[in-house]
Amino acid sequence: MLEYNFMRYAFIAGVFIALICAFMGVFVVARQTSFFTHTLSEIGFSGASFGVFAGIPPLFGMLLFTCASGLFIGLSGEKVGRREASISVFSGLFLGLGILFLSLSQKQSNYATSILFGSIVGIDRSNLITLVVLSIVLLIVVALLFRPLAYNSFDAQGAEFNQRYNQSISIIFLILLALTISITAQIVGSLLIFVLLTIPAQAAKYFVHSLNKMIALTFGFVLLGVWLGLYLSFVTNWPVSFFITVIESLLYGVAILKQKIRTAHN
Amino acid sequence: MENIITVSHLDLRIPDRLLFSDLNFSFPKNKLTCITGENGVGKTTLIKHILEDLRRHQNQHVQATISRNKIQYVPQLRNIDDDYPLNIRDFVSFGLKKRLLPWNSKKMKAKVEHILAETKLTKIADQPLGHASGGEKQRAYLAQALCSDPELLILDEATASLDTESKNFLLQMLKSIMRDKNLTVLFITHDPELIEKYGDYELKLQNHTANLSQKEAAN
Repeated sequence: MLEYNFMRYAFIAGVFIALICAFMGVFVVARQTSFFTHTLSEIGFSGASFGVFAGIPPLFGMLLFTCASGLFIGLSGEKVGRREASISVFSGLFLGLGILFLSLSQKQSNYATSILFGSIVGIDRSNLITLVVLSIVLLIVVALLFRPLAYNSFDAQGAEFNQRYNQSISIIFLILLALTISITAQIVGSLLIFVLLTIPAQAAKYFVHSLNKMIALTFGFVLLGVWLGLYLSFVTNWPVSFFITVIESLLYGVAILKQKIRTAHN
Repeated sequence: MENIITVSHLDLRIPDRLLFSDLNFSFPKNKLTCITGENGVGKTTLIKHILEDLRRHQNQHVQATISRNKIQYVPQLRNIDDDYPLNIRDFVSFGLKKRLLPWNSKKMKAKVEHILAETKLTKIADQPLGHASGGEKQRAYLAQALCSDPELLILDEATASLDTESKNFLLQMLKSIMRDKNLTVLFITHDPELIEKYGDYELKLQNHTANLSQKEAAN
């Protein structure tokens, strides 16, 4: 399996995807922005199809759309992103726009499928380099921002009074989230990125309770999903994204089961 | 008597309502001052206004002998439900003084352990905060605030949901920490028993004015 270049690239890409999803996912879950993350991935689809339509690389289209949305939500207060109604409106509107752009650009429908569901085994060397560079930039920013971001995410009310620049931190976080979605989309697809950004971190918090361990375990869960998914996909020829979602959902199922058993014992 | 914050000729209004007019009072240093008054009189609003003025260095009506970053405000409401996953140690560590590197130095870790011991949280430090009792949660909020070495601590209704035993435990602990660290405490509360037992001073807010009086415990 590893004698193929594209498989090696996919496995390496998995490590970086796991790294950024671990650091971002733990904060996404703590800030309760899972739903907005989902919306943002649909906005990403819209952006990618805009890229196709406008003749720019889909990644740039995605970055443009998702960062603009992140900025908008950050400035109007993160609450907007948690409101059910605004989430439905945004998802619907951007999915519609995505279909429009694809139709206008007269690409075949398989292009839409590849944006929506990704193609980790389709990435080449230059895709991988883009992914690695963007991941490193993102991780450096997260590291520099780590303390205020953690305070703000896990104790919003405490941070509001005892820490400054909370709104700027929120905006930077949402832009980092937009960046995460755009760079992982080409691999797992814009419809399924939020799987890696939310489910592993949701599951991890049932097993461990310190911030470092949560990030480490989330990393493990994402990497397990991506690597095992790649392997199973190679063996069966079924889509990688399918296996990734199944593996992550199973991990979450185990976490819930563990929680149920624990509460039953108490 | 030394004062830590002095408020003079302060008017405070919220949209369509006057809360206070011409407020004049001081908070004595190293004492526990209870801030009392009916619901809706504007206790929290007043404190937030004072903090905001200090942050913006607007000292026309509010003068303080310390800077804003030496003040910790422990808010009344916090989004900590039963599912809250983070353990008490990490939650408390959020209060540590700013540092760029994401990990804590040995000295910082030792400080957190010391404060956990002081607030009697060492035994449950590895448990998720969501599983802690009301009293333990309040002690964790207090511990987090202590991590930044404040000189003034403001507790907003910290005992509102606690039983008699837990609130007395919290206040006794607070009193002993105040002595050790030369801490000044403002305590927004409704609880007459606690005011009598632990208050050095009481700032009573009513009819748009404020009255500071000395209490038994001060002697």
